[in-house]
Amino acid sequence: MTAIADASLDRAKHAEKARKKSPNGPRNVPGAGLDPIFKAVLYASGLLVLVLLGSIIVLLFQGGLPALIEFGVSFFWNTTWNPVTEKFSAGVMIYGTLFTGFLALLIALPMSFGIAFFLTEIAPVRLRRPVGMAIQLLAAVPSIIFGMWGFFVIVPLLAAYVEPPFITVFSGIPVIGALFKGPASGMGMFTSGLILSFMIIPFITAMFVEIIEAVPAMLKESAYGVGATTFEVFRHVSVPYGRTALVGAIMLGLGRALGETMAVTFVIGNATRISASLFAPGATIASTIANEFPEAPLGSLKNHSLLELGFALFVISFIVLSISRALVRGKSS
Amino acid sequence: MSSISTPAIAVNSLSAAPGEAARAKLKVSNLDFFYGDKHALKKINLDMGERRVTAMIGPSGCGKSTLLRVLNRMYDLYPGQRAEGQVLLDGYNILAGDMDPAVLRSRIGMVFQKPTPFPMSIYDNIAFGVRLHERIGKADMDERVEWCLSKAALWGEVKDRLTSSALGLSGGQQQRLCIARTIAVKPEVVLLDEPTSALDPISTAKIEELIDELKRDFTIVIVTHNMQQAARCADVTAFFYLGDLIEVGPTDKMFTTPTDGRTHDYITGRFG
Amino acid sequence: MSSLARRRTVDVTMKAISTGFALISLCALAWILLTLLQKGLPALGLNVFTEVTLPPGQNGGLLNAIIGTLIQVGGAVLLGTPIGVMAGTFLAEAGRGSKFAGAVRFVNDILLSAPSILIGLFVYQMLVVPFGGYSGFAGIVALAIIVMPVVVRTTEDMLALVPSSLREAAFALGAPMWKVIVFVTWRAASNGIVTGLLLALARAAGETAPLLFTSLGNNGWSTDLSQPMASLPLAINTFAGSSFDDQVSLAWAGALLITVGVLALNILTRFALAPKK
Repeated sequence: MTAIADASLDRAKHAEKARKKSPNGPRNVPGAGLDPIFKAVLYASGLLVLVLLGSIIVLLFQGGLPALIEFGVSFFWNTTWNPVTEKFSAGVMIYGTLFTGFLALLIALPMSFGIAFFLTEIAPVRLRRPVGMAIQLLAAVPSIIFGMWGFFVIVPLLAAYVEPPFITVFSGIPVIGALFKGPASGMGMFTSGLILSFMIIPFITAMFVEIIEAVPAMLKESAYGVGATTFEVFRHVSVPYGRTALVGAIMLGLGRALGETMAVTFVIGNATRISASLFAPGATIASTIANEFPEAPLGSLKNHSLLELGFALFVISFIVLSISRALVRGKSS
Repeated sequence: MSSISTPAIAVNSLSAAPGEAARAKLKVSNLDFFYGDKHALKKINLDMGERRVTAMIGPSGCGKSTLLRVLNRMYDLYPGQRAEGQVLLDGYNILAGDMDPAVLRSRIGMVFQKPTPFPMSIYDNIAFGVRLHERIGKADMDERVEWCLSKAALWGEVKDRLTSSALGLSGGQQQRLCIARTIAVKPEVVLLDEPTSALDPISTAKIEELIDELKRDFTIVIVTHNMQQAARCADVTAFFYLGDLIEVGPTDKMFTTPTDGRTHDYITGRFG
Repeated sequence: MSSLARRRTVDVTMKAISTGFALISLCALAWILLTLLQKGLPALGLNVFTEVTLPPGQNGGLLNAIIGTLIQVGGAVLLGTPIGVMAGTFLAEAGRGSKFAGAVRFVNDILLSAPSILIGLFVYQMLVVPFGGYSGFAGIVALAIIVMPVVVRTTEDMLALVPSSLREAAFALGAPMWKVIVFVTWRAASNGIVTGLLLALARAAGETAPLLFTSLGNNGWSTDLSQPMASLPLAINTFAGSSFDDQVSLAWAGALLITVGVLALNILTRFALAPKK
């Protein structure tokens, strides 16, 4: 029968091949030699990432060094920025960066909690994806678009309808009044904080939703089981369960806000003095760099001061982002 | 503990009658295995007969899958796992340092619990494995594809859609594709790690039929959680418990008159 | 009983406020889009696509800016993606668990969220200062540094989703590691990796700050990478502050173009990811 003959031929060929494939015999695995090269490329790419950050730190520090030498460490808290006398310091900008960042957080926090609550508990299931997606699109809008919208639409609105009433009502009151003084230009710290908050809300919300959805259903169900309302479960079970990661998400949002350039540059007014008022113009590190760089010739003290400002921003961001990461990734790694 | 004694028999006999003692294709000798500090396999001695089906049964965590994965050095992929002892393939220790795992795996193939079709066409799934070890032209490859798919009882169902994605097949078909892919490289031993546990009864039956066919050409080692499957398919059954090989013998004897009390308890369902 | 009523009131109030917040967000998005359409659409004549930027009153367009953006973003993707995919593959396949991989992951996360203006300053120090001039090439490098961390992150995440049994099946056939990765793992994750690429592209296309000190912008036509190069975000930036209405309108037209492109990419990727689940 041919079948048997075929099978026996098969087996003979097979035994022949098997002898060829003896483990200490000639290797006939084509392409295996590429493995070390491929692995080397992989490791090199990883190394490149590290080298990149290292280079950024080095180059920024190097660029700002002349300013650091000239002005000393007090560069970071003095508030003079005078191109004429060539005296520069970062105080105004660092203040502005931190102030607008925290202001943005102040507005974004309750909103992100609320939207996360909405998306995880209130919205009908079929709406959750589309609404979530729409809110995420807000995060995709480029910074300069926020700047344009802020400057051409929000600023006039605030100047006309929002700031005047606040100024008239509050500016007479001692202490708090200082927050609301000044001409209602529509630009300034408050506007920047507001625009920034809209930029970071989708960001923080997305992380909040992920964290809340990771709360074990059993935990929530036991709370419902004793008669808690939806909000009570959210507030007393879900949020505390994820609180470490939630704080991490908040810090990540802050990190983003601190580094924003274009949106803030359009609406902050670019002052060179610190003012207590929310409605007064200010400056952040990023906006100052963006505005002043074109007029800072290569090698000038101003140029170096701006680079030193950049280095300061880098350090601030690095700290905030590292803390955020530790809080968010902490439990999963 | 009994093991089969193996008088030499002509290696290329066309078909060994069932029950006839077979040459040991794979010989596990004093094998210890460790996951880090955990001693998972303890001094295992086991022979797998050539062109026989050897089944390994036992409760979860007994070490049967661990042993299977030693046979094709799959544990090499994971640092912290190590094996001590010997595993002889045709007399050569595959655990030796100069063993090339890629060559070993061309001689000992493995089919996994979950069907694992590659994200490619059915044809390419098979060609991928073959091309790893041989340089053959298109006509020969076509022949090989047809051959292994026929052997896996899948040819009829897929011959008109060889270029379509393998992911479009049903679970049972995907698993038969994985079997076809494994035998396409013409191994000598085929390891099956609970191959039907993710499949429906009809697909399971088809694959058990396949195993019966395949043992004519390949040495089969199968790990199964399903005792009835071992009873149906295997020539020799080995019972493992907590990392020890408790008992091994011809399947009939294991299931009717096991020697060890623990074997008896497991088989009668006292624990599992 | 009044305690229960109070709790109910709190619950309802919070739900209402939260829904309100969600609505405010959506309204903000809608408002931005409406503003762009309202101010940008009228200015979106054919000349926007056929004329380069010209002094006010000469009916200029944005052609050089559009082409400049395409060139620089394209170049950034070409430069940043291979490195990103390789580094992401390293994190998922080769480095697992090592301290080195941990450091790479950490650094990548920092780069991902670092202020983009600092990236611009870095490239300025590295490529503009030593070579004495702004260039399109510097712009490409700056955007590539924006692209790369995104690709690293998504590549690692997508590769981690590939079941280990698939890799083992390829190894079990005797494949060397590089073939397992290239022909099986990458293919299995290809959808996700491409999505990451598109998201990185969308992000790079919208960035202004990194280009301020690298490619600087160009008022005329130029595709020379060694010279300053125009781009849409820079053109918008320049024209937005202009005192001439026709230039401000052009800025809105450019803003509309960029936003539509970026949002389209984002929506596309979300639908591309959907079938997987």
